[in-house]
Amino acid sequence: MTVSDLYTLSPFITIAAAPIVIMLVISIYRNHLVTAILTMVSFIVASFFAYDVSAIVPWTIGDLLIIDQYALFYLGLIFSASFVITLLSYGYLKGREGNLEEYYLLLLTATLGSSVLVASNHFITLFLGLEVLSVSLYALIAYVRTGEQGIEAGIKYLILAAASSAFLLFGIALLYAQLGTMQFDELARRLPTSNATSILVMTGFSLLVVGVGFKLAVVPFHMWTPDVYEGAPAPVTAYIASVSKGGMFALLLRFFLVVDGYSYTSLLLIFSIIAIASMFIGNFLALMQNNVKRILAYSSIAHLGYLLVAFIAGGNMAVEAATFYLVAYFITTIGSFGIVGILSDKETEADNVEDYRGLFWRRPWIAAVFTGMLLSLAGIPLTAGFVGKFYVLSAGVGSTLWLLVVMLVVNSAIGLYYYIRIIVVMYSEREKAAEAAPSVPSFALGGGIILAVLLLLLIWFGVFPAGIMDVIKSMALSLG
Amino acid sequence: MILIWLIAILMIGGLLAWLFSLRNHLLARWTALIALIIDFVLVLNIWIQGNSIGFNEWIENVKIPWIESFGISFHLAMDGLSLLMVLLTVFLGILSVLTSWKEITERVGFFHFNLMWILAGIVGVFLAMDLFLFYFFWEVMLIPMYFLIGIWGHENRIYAAIKFFIFTQASGLLMLLAILGLYFVHHSQTGVYTYDYFDLLGTAIAPGIAKWLMFGFLIAFIVKLPAVPVHNWLPDAHTEAPTAGSVILAGLLLKTGAYGLLRFVLPLFPQAAIDFAPWGMFLGVLGILYGAKLAFAQTDLKRLVAYTSVSHMGFVMLGVFAFNELALQGVVVQMIAHGLSTGALFILVGQLYERIHTRDLNRMGGLWEKVPRMGGVGMFFALASLGLPGLANFVAEFLILLGTYQANIVAAIFASLGLVAATVYSLRIVQRVFHGNQVEEWTLPDLNIRESLIMGSMIVILVWIGLYPQNVIDTAKPTINKVQQKIKSVKEQSVLSQYLSPWTVDDDSKLEQGR
Repeated sequence: MTVSDLYTLSPFITIAAAPIVIMLVISIYRNHLVTAILTMVSFIVASFFAYDVSAIVPWTIGDLLIIDQYALFYLGLIFSASFVITLLSYGYLKGREGNLEEYYLLLLTATLGSSVLVASNHFITLFLGLEVLSVSLYALIAYVRTGEQGIEAGIKYLILAAASSAFLLFGIALLYAQLGTMQFDELARRLPTSNATSILVMTGFSLLVVGVGFKLAVVPFHMWTPDVYEGAPAPVTAYIASVSKGGMFALLLRFFLVVDGYSYTSLLLIFSIIAIASMFIGNFLALMQNNVKRILAYSSIAHLGYLLVAFIAGGNMAVEAATFYLVAYFITTIGSFGIVGILSDKETEADNVEDYRGLFWRRPWIAAVFTGMLLSLAGIPLTAGFVGKFYVLSAGVGSTLWLLVVMLVVNSAIGLYYYIRIIVVMYSEREKAAEAAPSVPSFALGGGIILAVLLLLLIWFGVFPAGIMDVIKSMALSLG
Repeated sequence: MILIWLIAILMIGGLLAWLFSLRNHLLARWTALIALIIDFVLVLNIWIQGNSIGFNEWIENVKIPWIESFGISFHLAMDGLSLLMVLLTVFLGILSVLTSWKEITERVGFFHFNLMWILAGIVGVFLAMDLFLFYFFWEVMLIPMYFLIGIWGHENRIYAAIKFFIFTQASGLLMLLAILGLYFVHHSQTGVYTYDYFDLLGTAIAPGIAKWLMFGFLIAFIVKLPAVPVHNWLPDAHTEAPTAGSVILAGLLLKTGAYGLLRFVLPLFPQAAIDFAPWGMFLGVLGILYGAKLAFAQTDLKRLVAYTSVSHMGFVMLGVFAFNELALQGVVVQMIAHGLSTGALFILVGQLYERIHTRDLNRMGGLWEKVPRMGGVGMFFALASLGLPGLANFVAEFLILLGTYQANIVAAIFASLGLVAATVYSLRIVQRVFHGNQVEEWTLPDLNIRESLIMGSMIVILVWIGLYPQNVIDTAKPTINKVQQKIKSVKEQSVLSQYLSPWTVDDDSKLEQGR
């Protein structure tokens, strides 16, 4: 291992070292604020390294990791998202009982897992990254133990994630049995020469899809989503929805491009079915919910369906469209769950739709931000979500995936209804009875600033997307 | 540059109005009003200048690169048709602010913000010459409209707002698909990625694809227009919206649909439009008669007026698909006349509602004695709505019927029945509201100066266009001619190719007969 290797690994090393340092700090001086600040500093340092490294990429580290523009872009995205979530978590956890500091250690290790995923070039790193991420999430989901819901959600996630990992491992084993390698490039070389349509390879791929599909929460592997989203603390939900899914999706995209999964029509067919099912089931079930977190959970299933449309389109356009969509999706999901977190207090999560009645007239700024986020999820112009949807549609139409594209359009229309429903509630009058006891939830200044920044980003990317699109374009070129 | 300012002034005015309302509601109203008046003066100035030099060219044209990698630019341009539409938009905008002066007392700032942004979106729709930008504005106006209905509307406002939003959004997405399709077709032919209207105009599209792409655009436009099978959102939205919202919906939002047909459907897909024409005319006639029938059956005054819109927009649909200059000119005049006369009727209903707090026709009656000025004004606009000669609506409907007669006699005959029906429902308004016995003992104030000013300005314009429509016709003429030429040339080509091709069935049979 050379110095350059170590240097390119510096973002990972930072994130790996941070938990150890912070653990020591906690043992000396246990303080919530200090821990949170140290965590945020490590994310900033890691992002800085990721930016610094970009001068010498692409760089492969053994067979295991590849650090290229693509990986660095996603690292930046993951680190910024984690930074924001740390800030929101601080506001959310402040004043709660129990030891709060270890939460941040878990957040850091989870981020480490996710960042390994986006740079992995080998099944081993894939699996390691995935497990580090999952194990950290088990604990994070159940971290707030005041209610039963958190623990229930944690156990649910634990069992299902473990099962899906088993599927994934089995798939890897089958592919290894047939091809004798676990390295992506090598796989790509051997796949065409071997009998590619052999039962082993196809089964292996299908099992991989199961494992990946679980993490992405696409239909039919979505069952855990609403319960876990509802039970987990709001910032953790934001984390699962953004960083965890984003890392997995980045990996899927890279894997598919490297091994040229687009030449297997049966795989594309599977993904198309998954995409359509996710869109419809996600949207229809979201229509029936009365809980904001559950609505967002089902809507995230639908959004992953949209994302798969871009993914299926293939080519550079797929990478660009999917990445842009993910960026927009990160902003909106973190923003919306951040708001849920800000409105929640020690006793209750503010997740009932009725909790939002008349919010605009009580707390106009928060309602305005939430409106922006919801409109972006619905894909209305002036928001990043619109450009993202437009990008995805372009990719789809460009590859003449008419069926998928029409399904996407139909689903966008269905989706409108439940986003608007929340907005309607926020802008309608509050009932007089509820007026009596206005709850005063914890609201850190940092949270407010971060929400404002997210909203600005949302609008900025919606109105002037050219800048970020150029960055994504150059990144996509490096991959293709 | 002035085109960008037209939109920017409205947006900034809206923001400022919101900001000022934190201090003073009156200041917010004045801010909105002044911003609109500035815009109005600017547009009027363009029109007056253009009148002296003629309207053959694009009056203004601004193109700024926006998202270059996609070939998207911020391209605004104004020709005679856009000019008239923008003028109407800003004018009705001023009236909307004025009618809301007393009606809206809660959340004044946010109201004016929404109002101004709707207007900005509509002006953008009328000026955008980049299809992405067009879609952008098309959607931008929906959200504030949604809020306008959903927050300041009447009892059933949420239902109406959601229905309106989903109808227009879903149809808009289909248009987006069609835009994307057109974009890729253009690229496959020329290798250039662009959303620019002028570049896309020349795209030759295979007939099968053109048909589908046209449907994408068509659906979005006829939902907005609305034509009959998809008019469902309109009565609810119009009825539940606050007065200003109804005025903007009827006066402007519906016009964006008509404008879209003229600007995009006909020039971009001439052949597909020609093929669709019989159906288009059928839908038009259906709308005229069905809308009139439903209008007659209403007991809610506002709903009645809403259905008259369906009927009047049927004429637009009919005229657009008649394709000749007379009919198309009629469509332009109809857009303006309907915007003013129906807008005025909605304002009247609003004024009545402010006084008697009901829209139920059964509770009105005999109001002429109480509010004679209002009665006279109501009579005037009812007559305008039924197409009394000498008023703008007559000119419009007459031109459309004349043009339709040349294209399709049966359609013209049935459509003219609509005039009879219009007489019935319009006079019914006057009779039920102002004549007859007083059902309840109202004591009401008559129109005040502000209200008289609103109504008076509309009366003047309707009479002016009714007696001397030439200004409007001249302004729209170059645009209309271009559209009509395009259709005509495509028609001739297809006729020509039929004659030249020896392989068509007709010719074969003729040959056989000859032998």
